[in-house]
Amino acid sequence: MKPFEQIVTEHGSMVLRVCRAVVGEADAEDAWSETFLAALRAYPDLDRTANVQAWLVTIAHRKAIDITRTRARDPVTIAEEVPDRPATTGLPEAWDHDLWSALQALPPKQRQSVAYHYLGGLPHKDIAEITGGTAESARRAAADGIRTLRRTYAGRPGSRGETR
Amino acid sequence: MNHVAEPEAATLLEPISFVDVATTERLHARLATAAGAAGLVDVVYRTVDTPVGVLLLAATRHGLARVAYASEDHDHVLEILAERISPRILHVPDRLEEVIRQLEEYFEGNRRRFDVPLDLSLSKGFRQTVLRTLPAIDYGRTASYAEVAVAAGSPKAVRAVGTACATNPLPVVVPCHRVVRSDGSTGGYVGGAEAKHTLLDLETA
Repeated sequence: MKPFEQIVTEHGSMVLRVCRAVVGEADAEDAWSETFLAALRAYPDLDRTANVQAWLVTIAHRKAIDITRTRARDPVTIAEEVPDRPATTGLPEAWDHDLWSALQALPPKQRQSVAYHYLGGLPHKDIAEITGGTAESARRAAADGIRTLRRTYAGRPGSRGETR
Repeated sequence: MNHVAEPEAATLLEPISFVDVATTERLHARLATAAGAAGLVDVVYRTVDTPVGVLLLAATRHGLARVAYASEDHDHVLEILAERISPRILHVPDRLEEVIRQLEEYFEGNRRRFDVPLDLSLSKGFRQTVLRTLPAIDYGRTASYAEVAVAAGSPKAVRAVGTACATNPLPVVVPCHRVVRSDGSTGGYVGGAEAKHTLLDLETA
């Protein structure tokens, strides 16, 4: 079994991308931390043949649902936490709010399917096990999500040509 | 991206895909703090530069469990720790300060004895018995494998003493470098002959 440190090194960025797409900028780092803390707790019992990537995305999925529920119950929390976030303008890590708005506007299953397939690198079959439904419905949700994003989000100014 | 047939989706999602080093480090530090507070880290490690090269230091909640030379392959050492102690291993650069401080003093010639809690669980049976006798060899002195065998209570186990020294999980701190051959030649060392000479020269300077 690999040292857990190696799991963080190999998959940390992937999990952060998935969290950004699914819960948004303000909660992405909380979701990441919750995911890796839960993963560390369960790690010694993980089946050695398990697909670590799919395992982490599954945990991130559950943590994202928890966070989304907490926010829905207690919207004040968001207002309190926003000022604590690192600045997101002018830094290399700053990312595009328009893309997040476009992602946020997607139905949850489409947003999840896009995140887990295109950012998490999971096949549709594995995504279906996480989100429910069939591999075909996960494939369709990802494709529909991408099609909508292409329409609603044109990309960073200057970084893309005309919408194809 | 794993899916070369879908480059357009990757381009589309690029604005949220970039993760810089500062973010990675911030998240890692946050994880280490939270995991430590929750008691979920069984082994912490870090590396330190010394006159005998970069040493890996790893500790359990009981104490320092491993000091490893670069020649032992640190990645391999961590894999062994994962198997033998626990895979709940994290790199925590700001831990192990006391060991680091004492190593610095030792390499500056200002410390003759290490005084930190040790976890000897990586060494079993007679090997551990041998390790427990080694700190009795004073700084700047040496003992033969045969003398250590006597001190460990098994005068005939000279070869086993050699094995115990060769597999010492805590070189430098548990001074197996002070064990030499009866003919006065330095003999083998887990960190290589050059490191053994460096330590013995330092202690007799």
